[in-house]
Amino acid sequence: MQVIQQIFFILCVGVAVYFFSKKVGEIRRNIKLGKDEDLSNEPGARWRNMVLMALGQKKMFKKPIPAVLHFAVYAGFIIINIEILEIILDGVLGKHRLFAPMLGGLYSFLVGFFEVLAVLVWLACAVFLVRRNVLKVKRLNQHELDGWPKNDANLILSTEIVLMTLFLMMNTADLVLQTRGVAHYTITEPFWISQNFTGLFEGLSTGTLIAIERTGWWLHIIGVLGFMVYLPYSKHLHIVLAFPNAYYTRLQPKGEMDNMKAIQNEVLYMMQPELAPPADAAAAPQGFGAKDVKDLSWKNLLDAYSCTECGRCTAACPANITGKKLSPRKIMMDTRDRLEEVGRNINKNKGQFVDDGKTLVHDYITTEELRACTTCQACVEACPVGIEPLDIIHELRRYLVMEESNSPQEWNMMFGNIENNMAPWKFSPDERDKWAEEMANA
Amino acid sequence: MHIKSMAEYAANGESPEVLFWVGCAGSFDQRAQRITKAFAQILDKVGVKFAILGKEEMCTGDPARRAGNEFLFQMMAYNNIQTLNMYGVQKIVTACPHCFNILKNEYPPLGGTYEVIHHTTFLQQLINDGRVRLKEGGDFKGKKITYHDSCYLGRGNNIYEAPREVLKALDVELVEMKRCRTNGLCCGAGGAQMFKEDEPGNTRINFERSSEALETGATVIAANCPFCTTMLMDGVKNKEKEDSVMVLDIAEMVARSLAD
Repeated sequence: MQVIQQIFFILCVGVAVYFFSKKVGEIRRNIKLGKDEDLSNEPGARWRNMVLMALGQKKMFKKPIPAVLHFAVYAGFIIINIEILEIILDGVLGKHRLFAPMLGGLYSFLVGFFEVLAVLVWLACAVFLVRRNVLKVKRLNQHELDGWPKNDANLILSTEIVLMTLFLMMNTADLVLQTRGVAHYTITEPFWISQNFTGLFEGLSTGTLIAIERTGWWLHIIGVLGFMVYLPYSKHLHIVLAFPNAYYTRLQPKGEMDNMKAIQNEVLYMMQPELAPPADAAAAPQGFGAKDVKDLSWKNLLDAYSCTECGRCTAACPANITGKKLSPRKIMMDTRDRLEEVGRNINKNKGQFVDDGKTLVHDYITTEELRACTTCQACVEACPVGIEPLDIIHELRRYLVMEESNSPQEWNMMFGNIENNMAPWKFSPDERDKWAEEMANA
Repeated sequence: MHIKSMAEYAANGESPEVLFWVGCAGSFDQRAQRITKAFAQILDKVGVKFAILGKEEMCTGDPARRAGNEFLFQMMAYNNIQTLNMYGVQKIVTACPHCFNILKNEYPPLGGTYEVIHHTTFLQQLINDGRVRLKEGGDFKGKKITYHDSCYLGRGNNIYEAPREVLKALDVELVEMKRCRTNGLCCGAGGAQMFKEDEPGNTRINFERSSEALETGATVIAANCPFCTTMLMDGVKNKEKEDSVMVLDIAEMVARSLAD
């Protein structure tokens, strides 16, 4: 019987690790579909960003209440997972509370500490559910979250609550079983939280208690493994990707837009033809800007997978605040959705992408959204994990204007004025210093 | 007062302390010309040896680049860098945060590297160095004033304190809006929005921002950007508060407060 349990356990872990790694591999491949961009400079500053933003959650603390709750869930999640190590070893070796005899009093202290965290996680998740579904905090209830994204969030929070409940239930039953001296149940000191609930279980038979303890144990670990498999399909992937994303976030001033070397050279050769290299007929014509996810940089795509759809960007976006269609969060969600679609296409077609007639711009993100952006960088500033929605907006705008000549009439006039009058308005260049003449005459 | 151009300096074999990059708004827009004149007046008064490019200045290409027209931006940048490098320009001051950002951050990769300073930082330095001397009990002393962070000076380049320091030197009572500094709300002009109608929505961004500024009860809304100034003035007019609330650039406030 014990051996069957052990084999079943190892099988569960194996299956979970297999599916998790498979999906992680696909995500890695999808991110690498993006264009190269060298972000390896200044490792010192990058480590610093990772420690402050991802580990220390510095930007989260701009909103203190959700920050504290989030920190509880985050710390709980990381620390309680140390317990998973024991659970896995117990499961594989067919033992129970393997570490208890080795650690003695420290063991009960650790489990007690985990229990306190479990309660905090439980409470924080409950408050989060209330914020989403009862208080209906605006940024957590906007259009782009309709359907799956809302369910995804609620599913994660509910699962966490269930997992924490199972963990506490299993410990409570365990404590009662210990007092009855049931074989296999190693004696420990009472655990801080579960010892208060033993009264609930004392009337139950030993058989029932063992059933409760075993069920709690199995559901807890299967829940954790299931969560692992689910993670890369979910917005919750940010718990992993926040770290590399914060590391690779841009270091230059937020106001600075990336240069397009290809166009810089084109202009240079136009102005100074003697510098132009001999025309290379074999060179494939290069598109400008981004029409689809593959035209974006790998960092833009990493951004999309790192986004947990918290909506701080959208809540800070002046266009969104004033009722325009643009939502920086939707830009990130659309990029991920399109990239996932491209990934499924590649899976289906033996590793080759077969044109599906769709593109990120138009099919996912409309010109109206792109044209509403004031490039104010509030979305970039707001993101707790260093995502840059503005960079994607810039690239898509470049595609629209330079490849499709798709710009509002007023912009075409502005371009014409700059080209002909060296100013965005229709003034004569001769009047540029008229103000200075007026001062001379004053 | 005669404002010399780079060409005049060059003709005399001289070079100025600093080039004043006026920008298109500062050159052509009537409201922004007042900011340009105020800043030029301060420089002249305190004896800063400065030049303008005059008719040789061109749009930096900012609105074209933000709209997505990289080609046009590169052409403008190429021409401007040719001019600036020809005169051997070292140091540039500008009263426009869009010009500031592009000259400081986006021209260097194209071969145009200069020391670029925004006029509010420059004014703060002049005040700190004692070159700009302010009237005791000037026009703005004790007045409730709110300050609007422009995106490209604030978030774009992390300059939040210099303009506030200048306001402090004017002895104003600075009242902050709810969204200020890194959380400051855009005026709605950036990203080439200045040159087109808003996309459909509930309200205009400048109306939203102006309402927030008016809620502080300030009698002056201080700005550091010609586009913000225009946008906020329109917003204040929309609320019919133009008689009681002024929108002024920090340079205009300093110019009005210079000691004799």
